[in-house]
Amino acid sequence: MKKLLRDGSHLLRVAALFGAGIAAFFVMRGLLVPSDFGRYGHYRAGALADNQKRAVSYAGKPACLDCHSDVADAQKGSLHATVRCEACHGPLASHADNPDVKPAKLAPERLCLTCHRSIAGRPAKFPQIDPDEHAGGVECTSCHQPHHPEQQEEKKS
Amino acid sequence: MDTSALVHAVEGYMYPNEVDLQWSVLIVLYPFITGLVAGAFILASLERVFNVAAVKPTYRLALLTALAFLLVAPLPLQLHLGHPERSIEMYLTPHTSSAMAMFGFVYLWYLMAVLVLEIWLDYRKDIVLTARASRGWKRTLYRVLALGSDNISEGALAIDDRVGRFITIIGIPSAFLLHGYVGFIFGSVKANPWWSTPLMPIVFLFSAIVSGIALVLLVYMAISFLKGREIDMPCVDTIARYFFYAFLIDFSLEMLDLIHRIYEADESFKSLDFMVHTRLYVSQIVVQIGLGTLVPLALLALTQLVRLSEPARKTFYSIAGSLALVGIFAMRWNVVIGGQLFSKSFLGYTTYKMAFATREGLLPAIALLVLPFVILAGLIVLLPPWAEEKKAAEAPEAAA
Amino acid sequence: MTLDRRELFATAGKYLIVTAATAKVIETFLAGATPEPAAYAVADHWWAMILDIEKCIGCGNCVRACKAENNVPLEAEYFRTWVERYHVRGEDMEHPDVDSPNGGYDGFPDKYAKNDGARTFFVPKLCNHCAHSPCVQVCPVGATFVSPDGVVLVDKSYCLGCRYCVQACPYGCRYIDPRTHTVDKCNLCYHRITKGLLPACVENCPTGARMIGDLKNPKDPIHAFLRDHKVQVLKPQMATGSKAFYNGLDGSVR
Repeated sequence: MKKLLRDGSHLLRVAALFGAGIAAFFVMRGLLVPSDFGRYGHYRAGALADNQKRAVSYAGKPACLDCHSDVADAQKGSLHATVRCEACHGPLASHADNPDVKPAKLAPERLCLTCHRSIAGRPAKFPQIDPDEHAGGVECTSCHQPHHPEQQEEKKS
Repeated sequence: MDTSALVHAVEGYMYPNEVDLQWSVLIVLYPFITGLVAGAFILASLERVFNVAAVKPTYRLALLTALAFLLVAPLPLQLHLGHPERSIEMYLTPHTSSAMAMFGFVYLWYLMAVLVLEIWLDYRKDIVLTARASRGWKRTLYRVLALGSDNISEGALAIDDRVGRFITIIGIPSAFLLHGYVGFIFGSVKANPWWSTPLMPIVFLFSAIVSGIALVLLVYMAISFLKGREIDMPCVDTIARYFFYAFLIDFSLEMLDLIHRIYEADESFKSLDFMVHTRLYVSQIVVQIGLGTLVPLALLALTQLVRLSEPARKTFYSIAGSLALVGIFAMRWNVVIGGQLFSKSFLGYTTYKMAFATREGLLPAIALLVLPFVILAGLIVLLPPWAEEKKAAEAPEAAA
Repeated sequence: MTLDRRELFATAGKYLIVTAATAKVIETFLAGATPEPAAYAVADHWWAMILDIEKCIGCGNCVRACKAENNVPLEAEYFRTWVERYHVRGEDMEHPDVDSPNGGYDGFPDKYAKNDGARTFFVPKLCNHCAHSPCVQVCPVGATFVSPDGVVLVDKSYCLGCRYCVQACPYGCRYIDPRTHTVDKCNLCYHRITKGLLPACVENCPTGARMIGDLKNPKDPIHAFLRDHKVQVLKPQMATGSKAFYNGLDGSVR
């Protein structure tokens, strides 16, 4: 037995080296792995909070209606009632937080035609026009009130 | 990167996020290198475990070759990662469902518990003898390599031999695991029909064996030529025979995959078929199948069936070996790059624009292919594979 | 040097215990913990999306809103969400003409004649937030995961940028952010939905083609929608547990 140990002592050195390596690995693991890792699953629990950290650019219609409740009334009965404010007016969280920040003026032609220009693929029931033929290319808002586009049209006809 | 140019190189429709390739030539290098490692080791184990005495002259060389390439293997990955400084996370918090994560441990196991240990046990006697016969820093170096042990008695060497044999035995499935795993990393991706097949680990493994054998064959012949040593022809002939058998199996497996795809012709087939006939034509049909498989197979078949002279055999082996290495590199290219050239919508294709002097360009790829040979040269000096050289290395020390 | 076997085990044992204890102490006291998100209870929600093909007009509002809200690079190779236009000629389901110019960011040009007999429609695409996500399965380190409320999120401070998840996603919804060199993708505007707001794409869709639903909330309209409409998911054969349900999806859609 002693002879085996003597002849195999170099193997014990190897084993010791491996053991030291594995021990170092566990120490490193204790040092480097974030403490909240694995709390809910195989990930760092703090990542949930990290994903929530971004600043909001779009305030959302309820925030707009806090001050501009008249628009909700204007939209009543119109197909545009379900269109949310920022879909046309752009990101306005900065304005909702601080009303002194003025929203940009909109270009109605480009804006209205984004949705209402007639192209193949839009559902047939969806109101769409050829801008050249529809009312000879005048500005949309000369006949249509954007918050309630149907009303203005009736008025005109 | 000029991505707008890339967008214009799209044919048909690709999901917008698919247009840029994710995995570059460095990721082609990685399975190529680990394949060489596995193949070289299998060749070494032929002697140790299966007692094919004829290949003994290449035993140590094969092990050193495997080590040189295994040390370089993680480098293409590090260059490719968006955050290489975080790569330790794969060891600290490995996701057990991820083949890539588990591969980190397979790599470590293979490097330390198999390859390094086997080399150490086989060389230990020579390391101790060199330490005894040296002076100064060289003596310290070899004493450290011997882990301070000076015991090379018969009993100690007998233990070394038994343990070494045991390690080689577990080394064979470990080598299979090493490269089969790389195949599984691709083969298990259900989203990609070019990759997703249970045959992938097997095909990768056998092509690895072919490439590893070809490499050791070429390195052995090259080193012998450079050092003016005589090439052991029975050794080389035996290696060539195993090279031929492995190649036949590899070719059959790849043809099986191809025939299966053509026959079943599932939803991805037309798109993949078009890709192979256009964007992958040169790399797959011409280089991988033609030059890289059929030509070397024909040359090897000729050496097995016809009695050729020694110089003729050496020439054929050299050509076959070189072409096989190119062909197997092309196979890795076709799998990795090919798998990203077509859209997962099966409606379009993109192109791979390989840069030259960028982090993932051609230049670092070439450097990473050259580096293992530099390391191998160093290893051969440190741990001479053949007895006559070792004695020559010792003689001037002893005289001094 | 000879080592007595007893001595060997004793020494090794001592080293092991000291190392383990040290590791535990370091873990508890030195590595800090990140505070939990307040008020929003993750366990109370299970998010899903509805995409109504019958309502999508391909205006591209969603694509623009998403890029604005989430600071997505404006180039044509990076999209958290995009819109595709399909033009299916008659019975040929296998070869639709598909285009997505800049992901639909600038809307769609007038490419097809209106009455050419083909079936043309728009398909919004985004991360499907799969319940059995293949991208989560392959991540080597746990940098992407399914949150307890059903959103597939990315941990940008942990991601290595190995791109395995990008390869594994059957829907092509992931990309590498060239600025952070980590992966990025739609996260259902997690910073908005945890505050009771709608995702930017839903907020800005003028026709209501996009809807977010909380499957765990019995009063959520998504339950009525799923009851009353025949819906499909993309690539059902992949069995990813996709939670993006398409109403009116055509068989030619990939």
